[in-house]
Amino acid sequence: MNNSELIESVKSHFPDAVLSSHSYRGDATVTLREKSLVEIARFLKEDPAFQMNLLVDVSAVDYSTFGKRRAPAFFTSSGVAVGPDSQIPDEDPWPGPPNTRFTVVYHFYSIAHKHRLRLVVPVEESTAEVDSLSSLWPGANWLEREVWDMFGITFRGHPDLKRILMYEGFEGHPLRKDYAVKRRQPLIGPVN
Amino acid sequence: MPIETTNLTPLDETAGLETRDMLLNIGPAHPAMHGIIRIVTKLDGERIHEAEVEIGYLHRGFEKMAETVDFNGVMPYTDRLNYVSPLINNMGYCMAVEKLVGITVPERCHYIRVILSEISRISDHLTCVGASAMELGAFTVFLYMIKAREYLWDLVEKVTGARMTVSYCRVGGVKADLPSDFAEPCRKAFEETRKVLSESDALLTRNRIFVDRMTGTGVISAEDAIAYGITGPFLRSTGSDYDVRKDCPYAVYDRLSFEVPVGMRGDNMDRFLVRMEEMEQSMRIVEQALRDIPPGPVLVNTQTGHPIPAAEMVDLAKVGNINAFSGDSAVTCPTLEGSSRSQHPSIATEEKRVFLPAKEDTYGNIEGLMQQFKLVMFGHGVRPPKGEVYFPVEGANGELGFYVVSDGAGNAYRVRVRPPCFAIMSALPKLLTGDMIADMIPTFGSVNMIGGELDR
Repeated sequence: MNNSELIESVKSHFPDAVLSSHSYRGDATVTLREKSLVEIARFLKEDPAFQMNLLVDVSAVDYSTFGKRRAPAFFTSSGVAVGPDSQIPDEDPWPGPPNTRFTVVYHFYSIAHKHRLRLVVPVEESTAEVDSLSSLWPGANWLEREVWDMFGITFRGHPDLKRILMYEGFEGHPLRKDYAVKRRQPLIGPVN
Repeated sequence: MPIETTNLTPLDETAGLETRDMLLNIGPAHPAMHGIIRIVTKLDGERIHEAEVEIGYLHRGFEKMAETVDFNGVMPYTDRLNYVSPLINNMGYCMAVEKLVGITVPERCHYIRVILSEISRISDHLTCVGASAMELGAFTVFLYMIKAREYLWDLVEKVTGARMTVSYCRVGGVKADLPSDFAEPCRKAFEETRKVLSESDALLTRNRIFVDRMTGTGVISAEDAIAYGITGPFLRSTGSDYDVRKDCPYAVYDRLSFEVPVGMRGDNMDRFLVRMEEMEQSMRIVEQALRDIPPGPVLVNTQTGHPIPAAEMVDLAKVGNINAFSGDSAVTCPTLEGSSRSQHPSIATEEKRVFLPAKEDTYGNIEGLMQQFKLVMFGHGVRPPKGEVYFPVEGANGELGFYVVSDGAGNAYRVRVRPPCFAIMSALPKLLTGDMIADMIPTFGSVNMIGGELDR
């Protein structure tokens, strides 16, 4: 299926769950409600027309400073946005950042049909919780641990949600935008 | 750790014997680990019951740093992801940003990137196979393979000026053109590499000790491998033929003919064989690419022409005497060799808002100088429009993807790397469980864990 067919098919199967969709720069993307994530992921994995059997990546974005970052230099506003090349499909513009602070981003690939789909799940800062996909893909286990470690987003139903790249006792979640780049934390000795 | 030591399992109740599980901690720093990683195993005799893998010892905050520097400034950080094949990381990151910006690079530049990333893939596979053979006692093979890797890194050095931390790609192109006589040293290096590969093949593939230790250990099925998100040679050893170069071709891979070797059993031996064959296929790709690459410009002979030291050119331009050196080439630092004005169109995009001008233009005319400053001044530089893209390339260990989000500023809003060996490492407990403790060595060797990309 091509991008628009993928998006239309997801929309027709889950009309209530899909918030928006786009295929900016040729990446088919569906934004959906957090509640229906597992249901849609299972459908994508098992439906013969989709067969998205490879969960390529799980990551998150903290949109809290999107477009609001202080200009690093006085003349920065004179930077010209680069126009798109004609060779790259751009008829579908990017809809912009979500209203929530976080999004959790899933990339799927179907080895059988060779198509890719990105699912974007907006997550409120107050709850910062989504359902875990580790029951469907065991590979989601570590990826979700990393998202929790870096962003502090909890995954409901995850078997062992703990830090993976940072150490036990590390304070805060380093990829959140309010974690200062130069913040230092004390070195700790061996835990056990 | 959550593993219990008090669990007593009766072996044979009538004999009144019982076994006690033993905890064995391997790592973080262990001679048989090619990186810093900790594996806590629970042993029943010599058999591994359970294993827990702890990573993160080499975490350097790549993704956070990528948000703080401009788009081209990320390049040295990408070198240090998979430091055995840095050119593939360079290429993956550049192509992701180029997709976001919406530009394409000249065809010759595509070919240069393909040639260099395939050379890197060979050197990565040589390191992986050589190191895991060494850990099984075949030290000769290790030395042979490192020798071959040295020939390949000499090629990389000829082009980029560095062996490991190359920082060769730029958003919108590459740093410099290939040296004019590149095909000949490449042919010689491949001749040597093929010799080494056939020697190693003779030493390993039918070696009883090696085959016995590799066959039937670290087995994983194709379904399990896909469920864990494993890609690359590791997945192909199980029989699935997913290869980003074939299935989602990028650059000019769709014009080159090569085979994707697959295994049948998904064990260490198959992974070894797949890697050995992939090296040969990569050499085929490079040979075809060198044959098909569009020719670069015919260079003026710098001996007989008018090479002017860059400083002199600047001095002439300062007093407005730019006609004195129009058409001459600037003699710059040797690391900039191959990026003169005549070579520039074949290595860089035409988009002036993305790529630095040739040094002759920077020193010789005001437009070039402005272009240079608009790109290097603090707060300026490449500015992609707002948006998000994901771009995968086939890294040496599998699908290496970059997910880049931009808010229109001079540095990325978010850069996410999808490291190929992260998925494989998450499946490591499954691979180890049920095998003997000694089988951990070949299994871990065939994972080809690279701490730089695993922990970022």
